[in-house]
Amino acid sequence: MPTKVLIPSPLRGYTEKQETLLLEGESIDELLLQLTTKYPALKKHLFSEDGQLRKFVNVYVNDEDIRHLQKEQTRVSPKDVVSIIPSIAGGKR
Amino acid sequence: MKRNDDTQVDVQLSREEIRRYGRHLLMPEVGLEGQKKLKASSVLLVGAGGLGSPLGLYLAAAGLGRIGIVDFDVVDSSNLQRQILHSSEDVGKPKLQSARKRIQGINPDVEVATYETRLTSENALEILQEFDVIVDGTDNFPTRYLVNDACVLLGKPNVYGSIFRFDGQASVFYAREGPCYRCLYPEPPPAGLVPSCAEGGVLGVLPGIVGTIQANETIKVLLGIGEPLVGRLLLFDALKMQFRELKLRKNLSCQMCGEHPTITHLIDYEAFCGINPPPTDDERSGEFEMTVEELKKRLDEKNDVFVLDVREPHEYEIVNLGGHLIPLNDLPARVHELDSSREIVVHCHHGPRSQRATEFLVQLGFKKVKNLMGGIDEWAAKIDQSMVRY
Repeated sequence: MPTKVLIPSPLRGYTEKQETLLLEGESIDELLLQLTTKYPALKKHLFSEDGQLRKFVNVYVNDEDIRHLQKEQTRVSPKDVVSIIPSIAGGKR
Repeated sequence: MKRNDDTQVDVQLSREEIRRYGRHLLMPEVGLEGQKKLKASSVLLVGAGGLGSPLGLYLAAAGLGRIGIVDFDVVDSSNLQRQILHSSEDVGKPKLQSARKRIQGINPDVEVATYETRLTSENALEILQEFDVIVDGTDNFPTRYLVNDACVLLGKPNVYGSIFRFDGQASVFYAREGPCYRCLYPEPPPAGLVPSCAEGGVLGVLPGIVGTIQANETIKVLLGIGEPLVGRLLLFDALKMQFRELKLRKNLSCQMCGEHPTITHLIDYEAFCGINPPPTDDERSGEFEMTVEELKKRLDEKNDVFVLDVREPHEYEIVNLGGHLIPLNDLPARVHELDSSREIVVHCHHGPRSQRATEFLVQLGFKKVKNLMGGIDEWAAKIDQSMVRY
């Protein structure tokens, strides 16, 4: 059973404009691997060159930051919703 | 959150003010005491743009005692789609001037303090310390980190809002009671990786919605009522008309507000965000760059120049130079459409996207590729004034 992954609008240019993806995987690691295999251009936006999740990209399982769970090893089930929340800065101009 | 709670507020409301704020006074959560607190309060708006506009209007109407505004821009006609503090007649004038006029038009009792400057590490503490609550309505990462760090150092609440296209975020970062912005995002994205509103666009109503949420939170924080967005990140999707909420926790190892902070004074935020100082004129005539004047000359002389437009198709529809269209995101998959033996001039709207495209092509081994500095907008401004600008 796949898990729902929500793609934020700044990154939808790399997922053929799709905002919701259903991906197979039992952990965040596995979901992100599937995501970047399917959409390789996303990789540099999510991971730094040493393969670490970038510090301005936050991943949530439901309403909880994975940094406060088991990080990329956090387990997911089909009833969870995974959100990728990058920092955005707009406001004035 | 409690503020000013035990202190008896030493201001009085006039007969006119009691009439003006009657609808506030009817609610026990505000009441006479609350309205006096608002009159005794001060709020600093960092930015008088999309978010700062509804903030300025509503905070003035609510009867704040003093509103400070930091901004150094002049009003551009492309601001008017969303920056409702400013009017058509204000185009070309400083934003602070129209902001002051509008705020005092709504409520002449509000004292308006204006700071026509860029907020910097040198002036931030001095300016921010004059205010009870700081509202972040800026458009760039360096200033957001600067505002956050200055608020943590001064122990002040930072009412945060940010927008992109149809998406909004809001929170209240108050390190004394919860996380700060660095707990959420310890580091900014490298320059150029995340598009700005000027590149990506923004729905005009969106800053209205997010800015009024910030105004709401500001008033709650000042009055010490309700449950401000401390420790919560509110996400708004204007297309779906959906609000979501994520938990924010204080990061105990946060460099700014954690148990052992390593940042104890303001730093160089441009460098922190990987932004290099703007190039000098000498540097601008770089190997992989071309000015609009130079392109005009080449085209007039009928030199072989292949113009590559890396904007989106809907932008091409607004105005174009007749170039070959490959949106930046599609470039890796469509690079075979380009002939590396020809001179290629890449352009976008203002330059950042075409610069990335140029760097990408240079990496692939293209030797005769040049980024059109200032993009089609500079062309429209300097070469062909009959072209529309957007």
